[in-house]
Amino acid sequence: MSRVEVTGVAKRYGAVAALDGVSLTFEDGEFFGLLGPSGSGKTTLLRMIAGFIEPDEGTIAFDGERVEQVPVHKRGIGMVFQSYALFPHMTVAQNIAFGLDVRATPRADVAHRVEELLDFVQLEGLGNRKPAALSGGQQQRVALARALAPRPKVLLLDEPLGALDRKLRQEMQVELKEIQRSIGITTIFVTHDQEEALTLSDRIAIIDRGKLVQVGEPRAVYERPRNLFAARFLGDANVLEGAASGEGVRLADGTLIAVAGGKATLAVVRPEKVDVGAATARGVDGGSNRLTGEVRQAIFSGASLTYHIRVPALGSSPFIAFVQNRTASAYGVGDTVSLSWPVADTVAVAP
Amino acid sequence: MRPESIDRLGYGYLGLILAFLYLPILVMMAMAFNRSPLYELPFTFDLVWFKALSNNARLIDASINSLWIAAVNAVIATVLGTLVAYAFARYEFPGKQVLRLLLLPPIAIPWLIIGTSMLIFFFWTGIGRGLHAILLGHVALSLPYVIVVVGARFAAFDPVLEEAAATAGASPVQVFTRITLPLLAPGIIAAALFAFAVSFDQFVISYFLAPPGISTLPVEIYTAIRKGFTPEINAISTLIILVSMGLMLLVARNYRFGGER
Repeated sequence: MSRVEVTGVAKRYGAVAALDGVSLTFEDGEFFGLLGPSGSGKTTLLRMIAGFIEPDEGTIAFDGERVEQVPVHKRGIGMVFQSYALFPHMTVAQNIAFGLDVRATPRADVAHRVEELLDFVQLEGLGNRKPAALSGGQQQRVALARALAPRPKVLLLDEPLGALDRKLRQEMQVELKEIQRSIGITTIFVTHDQEEALTLSDRIAIIDRGKLVQVGEPRAVYERPRNLFAARFLGDANVLEGAASGEGVRLADGTLIAVAGGKATLAVVRPEKVDVGAATARGVDGGSNRLTGEVRQAIFSGASLTYHIRVPALGSSPFIAFVQNRTASAYGVGDTVSLSWPVADTVAVAP
Repeated sequence: MRPESIDRLGYGYLGLILAFLYLPILVMMAMAFNRSPLYELPFTFDLVWFKALSNNARLIDASINSLWIAAVNAVIATVLGTLVAYAFARYEFPGKQVLRLLLLPPIAIPWLIIGTSMLIFFFWTGIGRGLHAILLGHVALSLPYVIVVVGARFAAFDPVLEEAAATAGASPVQVFTRITLPLLAPGIIAAALFAFAVSFDQFVISYFLAPPGISTLPVEIYTAIRKGFTPEINAISTLIILVSMGLMLLVARNYRFGGER
């Protein structure tokens, strides 16, 4: 178990900075999600912690000890790759035993540990199979067991569930979280799937173009994004832009939108915070913001409805609202509706 | 056509191909055991040509030369070629594409021309002729084959496996011996067999580079046939066929070419 400190790391490939002065601390036992679009540098950071990439600048320390010069095989990490990277010429048991064998662990101990792990990842009795004979979910578990076998200090996961189909991925998310909890190992994982990051992580970091955008607990980052990128990357966000005024943003048509933090030129509101009702007044009223608009699309998806609403003051991009399918009544295309949401959910963001 | 008749046609076609490939060899092997030196029938089983072979020092010497050169060539060419394939697969360096392209022409250039150029070049540089020159020529000739065969194996080899081994705690040497080498083994063995066969088969270059008094089996067989054919040639060919087929079967049994189960 370990605390990992990354301080001011940078990596440049020619003129392009893959990472540009990132500092992060991964607490002992924490499940930490690195989130960002492809090419953001999140994988570079993970591979740097693993030891595959040496930082041009900055330091990496495990429990206070610098490791930039320590080769991969001596860092005491376990890693699960997106493709699982199981050794095709070895059985499941040999795969799991690999990290112990290369450390010249006594045979009896290896056998015992392999049994223990097979049991742990619910693959009892499959030790003699070749990886190719297993399903995707089973291969994923073998990869996890292999990474955990030598009792690493840090577990690194590179898009661990990316190759699984949606249903299996959700099952494995729950399982992965339980496994991580029960061992209490510091775990850092990389994903571009925001839902996965929110579900699994104790804390997340959003990375964009080599820089840290925001770090925090998933809920905090989701509810209080720092900038437009963070807001949009973690889900849908309706953007309210205008002139700064005393209480919030004044839109182009003069409508005042009150913002939680007060004066702002840019604010966002999540689509699920918005109530859609029959057309009434606009403006701030009793702790709520209000706008009116015309329904352009009403997308039915079973449990919920998504409305795309045209609000003249907001220009061409539609205002999005998610509504639970509680009542049979719904608005159709062309209906004029009122949108209202709490001022507390109107978050000022940086551009 | 009905499915059965298509099946029958298919089997007939397969039979014809097999006959085309193996009939000449079978006839030759049968004649090695026939008493008559003039291929006369009826067939009379006799080991007389094998006995004659055991007294034919020239043919035996040439066979030993050939086996030695082929074996040493296989080792050298496989080691060098595997290293080249490794460099091609794992490193980026200037001129890589040009080098890759340059690999292929030697496979396509007629051996006669390669042999001539080697003779001139070896004469000019003072390497001269002899078993060492033959070996040198064979290594040069088999290298492209090894690089191509091992390279194909590398192409199907995901380098992330090596990374995974490193994260599990394997040192670079352990990664190579436990992951890289075992996964490349089928390709390396196939390449070694290829190199052995290229050398063992090689006539033109050996003929050009062999000084008087020294020869390899193909050269000796050619010389013997020019003087007049004797069934001893059949006998030695039969021995070679049996040994090489046995070797191939053994390898095919233990290694799966073309991929994992």
